[in-house]
Amino acid sequence: MIRFDSVDKTYPDGTEAVNGLDIEVEAGTTTVLVGPSGCGKTTTMKLINRLEEPTGGTIYYDDTDVTDLDATELRRKIGYVIQDVGLFEHMTVGKNVATVPELEGWDREHIDDRVEELLDFVGLPAEEYRDSYPSELSGGQQQRVGVARALAADPDVILMDEPFGALDPITREELQDEFLDIQSEIETTIVFVTHDINEALKMGNRIAVMNEGECVQYDSPTALLNDPSTKFVKDFIGPDRTLKRLRVLRVEEVMDAEIPAEHRDIVDAFEGGEDTAMADGGELIPVSPGDSTQVALSRCIQAGVEALPVVENADIIGIVTEAAIRQRQAEGA
Amino acid sequence: MGVLDLLGATWAYLLANWGNFTDLLLEHLELVFVSELLAIAVTVPLGIVAIWNDRARGAIETFGNVAQTIPPLAVIALMLPLLGLGFLPALVGLFTYTLLPILTNTIAGLESVEEGTLEAARGMGMTEWEILRKVRIPLALPVIFAGIRTSTVLNVGTAYLAFFIGGGGLGVWVIGGIKLFNTPRLLAGAIAGALLAIALDGALALIERQLGSESGSGQAVAAA
Repeated sequence: MIRFDSVDKTYPDGTEAVNGLDIEVEAGTTTVLVGPSGCGKTTTMKLINRLEEPTGGTIYYDDTDVTDLDATELRRKIGYVIQDVGLFEHMTVGKNVATVPELEGWDREHIDDRVEELLDFVGLPAEEYRDSYPSELSGGQQQRVGVARALAADPDVILMDEPFGALDPITREELQDEFLDIQSEIETTIVFVTHDINEALKMGNRIAVMNEGECVQYDSPTALLNDPSTKFVKDFIGPDRTLKRLRVLRVEEVMDAEIPAEHRDIVDAFEGGEDTAMADGGELIPVSPGDSTQVALSRCIQAGVEALPVVENADIIGIVTEAAIRQRQAEGA
Repeated sequence: MGVLDLLGATWAYLLANWGNFTDLLLEHLELVFVSELLAIAVTVPLGIVAIWNDRARGAIETFGNVAQTIPPLAVIALMLPLLGLGFLPALVGLFTYTLLPILTNTIAGLESVEEGTLEAARGMGMTEWEILRKVRIPLALPVIFAGIRTSTVLNVGTAYLAFFIGGGGLGVWVIGGIKLFNTPRLLAGAIAGALLAIALDGALALIERQLGSESGSGQAVAAA
């Protein structure tokens, strides 16, 4: 979808922002560019929609050199979400979302339908929010509008530059989860920039760790955690690699669909609709297959049990055990 | 003569010369409005050029500042050798003196648009022209309009000086009144001008508020 072929970007003042970058972003995946500030991640992203021009190498968009494409046309095919949000304060929320469709000259009815659909999609019911002004919304709501605006013309690619960076931790977490849901539905190609390794691990299918204009490692979150290529990557991930791995590892990856005899009692207790409160005051809460093993382990410890039922649509579909999680961790390390 | 007597005499003078008064008032208004409209037509595009080109900006700002530093009477007097007597030279003089407040506010307004907003606009594929038309100007409008309001009020006062080069207006009564020691005549011209300035300021304030609430940018400007 997007390919960087030994791309350099040197600013006129001599700053080397990007140096010999080779990355390929696959269609339908989320690629996260992560690194400390000044590592060139934002510049790299802006090279895609030509807000910056490369000084060396080539960036291919669907196998075409982006510098051969019309910048305006290219940008209209690429959604853009930034930390500052940058909503147009003088326009209503509805008008903001309609920006690109209007530039593209869609007819009124089509635009109205699309705006309504998108606002509902990002959790801001159109009836209530369409005619509000951005200044009447909270930071989290503004960024939801920002996301809706970026999705408006059904872009092939969405670029997100620290989109949740200015939000408080709770709202950030909330928007990350919502965005993961959105992504699983639209399955578009996303390039996501952040300096927060936890956000990168949570959002990305592939993560490019950058430092001083170079890509140090480009891997899946699991591979990154299991096998950091350099000391820099290791340090950047931090000392709690094991815990981070738990967060990335989903319950469905370690669960057992066959329920072993020794854990039958837990399942029976749960299925029987019996009181799930445990003797020592903990409560047995089941997990869903999409939950992280971190959540599963935490609930095991809380309830004082060694296994938890995995529930999907109110049916028990398997069991996840502490032992299985530990074993998977040992394999990874 | 007491103040009340004087006001009574002024009122009597006004009524007795009503026809003449309306002619002068209309002349005054014409000077103000025409010079104001010309100034808007010139400064708003200049402001736009200024934010796009740093070198042009220096020249434009210097020009506006110089125009403002010359005392208004001197601007008017300078027109005499250049354009002679009458309405036109007075108009050009007033126009020159009206430029700066509008120019300053146009530039300030266009520049006050936040960098993030502009980046988002560019990133979405708006051309510079579309950004100007759909983002910068609407957001700057209340600020530009505030400049127009300031310069209009100033202009009502400055237009009295048009009398010196035969431009007409309420200055005829005020300056004539001084020369002839005709206080009712002087006061009638002066009070009318003061009321005119207040009325125009009020009317423009009303439009300004309308612009702000209609575009929703009133809040944005207040926040900035």
